[in-house]
Amino acid sequence: MADTDASTVPFVERMPRRPLVWNNHSMAWISDRIAGIVENKAPLWWWVSIAITGSFAAFGTLCILYLLFTGVGVWGNNIPVGWAWGITNFVFWIGIGHAGTLISAILHLCRQKWRTSINRSAEAMTLFAVMCAGIFPAIHVGRIWMVWFLAPVPNPNWIWPNFRSPLMWDVFAVSTYFTVSVLFWYLGLVPDLATMRDRAKGKVSRIVYSILCFGWRGGNRQWRHYEMAYLVLAGISTPLVLSVHSTVSFDFATSVLPGWHTTIFPPYFVAGAIYGGFAMVLTLLLPLRSLHKLEDVITWDHIDVMCKLLLLTGSIVGYAYIMEFFVAFYGANPFERFAFLNRYFGPFWPFSWTMFYCNVIAPQLMWVRAFRRNWAIVYFCAMCANAGMWFERFVIFVISLSRDFLPSSWRMYYPTWVDIFTFIGTIGIFVTLFLLFIRFLPMVAMSEVKSVLPEADPHYRPRTDPESESRKEAHV
Amino acid sequence: MSAAAVDKSVFGMIAEFPNAAALFEAAEKVRDKGYKFWDVHSPFPIHGMNKAMGLGKSTLGYIIFCGGFTGFATAVLLEYIPSSFLYPLIVHGKPVNFFTVPPFFPIMFELTILLSAFTAFFGVFVMNRLPRLHHPLFDYEPFKRVTNDAFFLAIESTDPKFSEVGTREFLEEIGGQSVTLLYQND
Repeated sequence: MADTDASTVPFVERMPRRPLVWNNHSMAWISDRIAGIVENKAPLWWWVSIAITGSFAAFGTLCILYLLFTGVGVWGNNIPVGWAWGITNFVFWIGIGHAGTLISAILHLCRQKWRTSINRSAEAMTLFAVMCAGIFPAIHVGRIWMVWFLAPVPNPNWIWPNFRSPLMWDVFAVSTYFTVSVLFWYLGLVPDLATMRDRAKGKVSRIVYSILCFGWRGGNRQWRHYEMAYLVLAGISTPLVLSVHSTVSFDFATSVLPGWHTTIFPPYFVAGAIYGGFAMVLTLLLPLRSLHKLEDVITWDHIDVMCKLLLLTGSIVGYAYIMEFFVAFYGANPFERFAFLNRYFGPFWPFSWTMFYCNVIAPQLMWVRAFRRNWAIVYFCAMCANAGMWFERFVIFVISLSRDFLPSSWRMYYPTWVDIFTFIGTIGIFVTLFLLFIRFLPMVAMSEVKSVLPEADPHYRPRTDPESESRKEAHV
Repeated sequence: MSAAAVDKSVFGMIAEFPNAAALFEAAEKVRDKGYKFWDVHSPFPIHGMNKAMGLGKSTLGYIIFCGGFTGFATAVLLEYIPSSFLYPLIVHGKPVNFFTVPPFFPIMFELTILLSAFTAFFGVFVMNRLPRLHHPLFDYEPFKRVTNDAFFLAIESTDPKFSEVGTREFLEEIGGQSVTLLYQND
């Protein structure tokens, strides 16, 4: 009898996929739960968190103003370490953003349906991280009123910028990345803003949401163009996100400094960026899914697969670290060899070993399934990755600069309190913006989550046989 | 009844369907019946609905290509006019002519992406005739649930086959629930 069953029942029926939303929730439940976060009163923890992060943001802003009114001398940068925390923070933040675009674009092209539960918040995270990143190139020029020299227009002496400079590429790459991320994020928001409009109780909120969603009606003649635009945006964001961190790495790779002048930089930077970005997604979503009771939408399956990506990208980064070391040895360039020995055994050794532990050794815990489903261990690995990626940038930029070719020009680097609090300030700005986002906009893409429910399939038939019911239970 | 006999103040007829599968089958039947001005409304895009409605692929992709090409051309002009004519910069002893093209690539790439993205974003709304904040469908109270969990099919009165009696019967026959006649806003 079992044989006849197997031959007549299609494979998808015998081996159903694990549901993406647990406990067979209805579409109305999804709308209520997610829109409810915005509609209900803000919980106490939200007020406490925003008070803390807002204070950090305010103090960071004061540090930035102090820098602008006094000059870049308030930072610890000095020749030969002309680039230090400023550029470290810039690359750190821009890297964080990459996970958001990876989830929204690359996973969309790969038809990874689980992305729908996390893409909205990951994209918002991208925007806020790129905003934080953008602060540093603007303020590090010292004379902020000259920052328009970065734009592709001639300055008052009719001198045009050098379009063949990696720094100019960076300006275009980062500003394009930010703009495209905003457009992509907003396009995804439109159907959900329509949901908010239709649920709105007050007249003002209804009008505001109405304007924000452009009067979306959810007609298939609208969805047709919408889906095409979404697909094209995913298609063009994919090379974009890979190009942004490659371009950032060109700032270093095209120089002649030992430790920077390597061809491995673009893929190595991109892998590191995705690693750090997924860590930040986990850092934000692990507490939020519990606080907002979204465990059935952002399930352990989602966290599990993000942990696997953490393991994959962390291991690519580890391979790059080791290969860099090997190439320095094999390349027989004494300056290059010195740069890498100095990295791990010179005066900055604690930074390098912390980096190596956090980015290569800690994520190896993720091989074990039980660890991927234990929030304490996942959180520990995510935190390691956050810290490790900051250390990685510090190690590459500062250690390489502090000891270059000529020993007489070597110099140690020490940050000042302004360096430290400006960075902490940007963490404050980032988390504050994220808290405001979850307060005022739906933090999960409702329309997209509904579209991956089993009943969203036009050929779905509700099943009533007891065996399939018990199978459904087993998944919960 | 012919189209001319339909009251000008009528917008069309709307019917509700219990789920995506029912809406999908209804759409196929409306398509086969030969209606032209109609649409299905759902909380999310339904896979395969374009075919079920008899619609082709969206032409937005071609428009985006034009936008992207404009971005590419802009970048070429933006880079070559200053670098070759207005302010030729000699860097690394390399010439400034067209043959040093690789270091100009990144900006061409970025502007291509940038203008494609703008075209895609604004193209959706232009092609959908949005923003339009006021629409006869919004006057129908149950239509508020379309962004939550309801599925609707609406046939407009401008359709040549539309008639108040015939269309109502047809919608009920294909499984439409609470079939309602909608009027224009003003």
